Amino acid sequence: MTTTAPPPTAPPQKTRTVTRPGDRIFSGLSRGSGIFLLVVMAAIAIFLTYRAVQAISKDHGNFLTTFEWNASLNPPVFGVAVLAYGTVVSSIIAMLIAVPIAVGIALFITHYAPRRLGGPIAYVIDLLAAVPSIVYGLWGALFLVPHLRGLNLWLDKYFGWTYIFHKQDPNSAPRSLFTVGILLAIMILPIITNVSREVIRQVPRMHEEAALALGATRWEVIRLSVLPFARSGIISASMLGLGRALGETMAVATVLSASPQLSGHILDPLGGTFSQNIVAKFGEADEFGRDALIASGLVLFIITLLVNGAARIIIQRRKEYSGANA
Amino acid sequence: MSDVVNDAQPLSGAPAPSRLATARLPRWAPLGIAVGAIVVGFGVGAAAGWKSHIQWGLLALFLFVAGSYAITARVEGRRQAKDRVATSLIWASFILAVIPLYSLVQTTISKGSKALDGTFLTHSMNNVLTIQPGGGVYHAIIGTLEQVAIATAIAAPIGILTAIYLVEYGVGRLARWVTFFVDVMTGVPSIVAGLFILSVWFEATGQAPHEGFAGSLALTILMLPVVVRSTEEMLKLVPNELREASLALGVPKWRTITKVVIPTAVGGITTGVMLAVARIAGESAPIALLVFGSDVINNNPFQGPQSSLPYYIYQQYTNGNDPSYNRAWSAALVLIAFVMILNALARAIARWKAPKTGR
Repeated sequence: MTTTAPPPTAPPQKTRTVTRPGDRIFSGLSRGSGIFLLVVMAAIAIFLTYRAVQAISKDHGNFLTTFEWNASLNPPVFGVAVLAYGTVVSSIIAMLIAVPIAVGIALFITHYAPRRLGGPIAYVIDLLAAVPSIVYGLWGALFLVPHLRGLNLWLDKYFGWTYIFHKQDPNSAPRSLFTVGILLAIMILPIITNVSREVIRQVPRMHEEAALALGATRWEVIRLSVLPFARSGIISASMLGLGRALGETMAVATVLSASPQLSGHILDPLGGTFSQNIVAKFGEADEFGRDALIASGLVLFIITLLVNGAARIIIQRRKEYSGANA
Repeated sequence: MSDVVNDAQPLSGAPAPSRLATARLPRWAPLGIAVGAIVVGFGVGAAAGWKSHIQWGLLALFLFVAGSYAITARVEGRRQAKDRVATSLIWASFILAVIPLYSLVQTTISKGSKALDGTFLTHSMNNVLTIQPGGGVYHAIIGTLEQVAIATAIAAPIGILTAIYLVEYGVGRLARWVTFFVDVMTGVPSIVAGLFILSVWFEATGQAPHEGFAGSLALTILMLPVVVRSTEEMLKLVPNELREASLALGVPKWRTITKVVIPTAVGGITTGVMLAVARIAGESAPIALLVFGSDVINNNPFQGPQSSLPYYIYQQYTNGNDPSYNRAWSAALVLIAFVMILNALARAIARWKAPKTGR
């Protein structure tokens, strides 16, 4: 308490601020927390790399190009080719479906919905962003998979010639990368919608009114004044969604029937993703097997780091348009 | 840009009022086109004998979009037609998204209420065979509450202090680095956080963890950046005049922060922490790696395997039989209810305690 009293004997010509012990402790604590956060990030990278190097050095396959994951064999043979491919393909499918729809919903809430409905709809979508991923996984495996059988057959029948929609065994269950992509799209829809909506809200009314005054239709207002302003915000929202899709574990683990094959036929039930493989193989893995899984986790960590870092840099570079300071 | 200008051009020679008097479709036109599209779509669907009603709906939707484009283009012009198409696509995207989200909630409620009763909430899975009905989630609820509580106890103070550093003290390179890595940390997948704690455990003790505390540490990593970001936003909303007034009275900076800044923002900070809690309560991947799950009640998060609600759902799903599926749906309902109540409470607090910045 005594520290709070201003020093009464301070000579008037001395203008330097006095640092009190309380101030020093508090600023030290808060600076320490910030440094702690950086240390944690560094520790994640260091520990994962350290364990991963031990595993990869004993790998008798090529870690990047081997298809199988047999860490318990002697000698062990494992690689991330199938996992990287599956992770990227399912995330791309998810993005292709989710981004246009999410931007559509954001525009619907801000520009199209009856004014009285806009608020409640936004609130409901906010709530849906909080639904745990395992619940999406349960719903995907027990409800979505049986209901996608028809769509799979239809795509195979009419678009089988495109190669990617060809299904080798038309009767196999649709536990494929395509289904995973659809489920991931549904999961990341709320977050992309929420962030895009916030950005679209920031568009200055003057821009829109100017476009309207020039005789633009509502769509032209959106295309000429809303979307250009909100573009970088929408990109960063999509990147956030992509980060979620890349790292999603349980929803993929419940839906996908995994096998170590790499195929362009996205309707076939095969393939795998990083996090799905980790959960699936973890139970039976010994200590070396777990190190091998840590190595695959490191690859996933690097990929998400690059995606998120890129998203940040895009926003930083175009800060004047990002809406954060509008 | 171009078509706005081009379309206006041909009119320059025409008499002035013609632009305002162009033909318009009557107000009921969209409704009429919709009814027509549905009739034709369902008619064709029924005639061709398509089994899936979704196909009927999609055909009707396609007919509606194409029809309104064609009709509007004839009567009102291409620009208006494009506007109509955009409107219907945006409505369609909204409806498309609502269907799965509605189905998710509806399925969880209808299937989850089957096995949900007093026994389910107050019993564990001890001595219950997976193919039997019965058993419950009590042990999983205990596990979730303890793990989340420990994670919050660690993450909330560190997160809030970090946010205070960024807003009140942060200048220069360190603050920029912290801001950047908080954002990057938001994107760390939950499974990677689990693997990190696993490798730390290997190095520190030489064996794999089997206890709730290890799971809490992984949840802490996931929670930290969320707390930092939301607290940061809230502290930025506190008007500078309050800080200046306090400092001008000779109050030290740390007292200004603890007695003026934080009380002003406390509602928003609480909301942020609760939303972060709601987010980590649903995480199952780190629990699967670090806590291993258990069928019996274990009240001690520092010793022995525990369960948690999300991991319990996963376990019941992998059992692969109907009684287990029913338990999984009921547990999902409990988890959703828990998360939603936290969310609603958090938002209520935010509204109630919102900083009064306006006059």
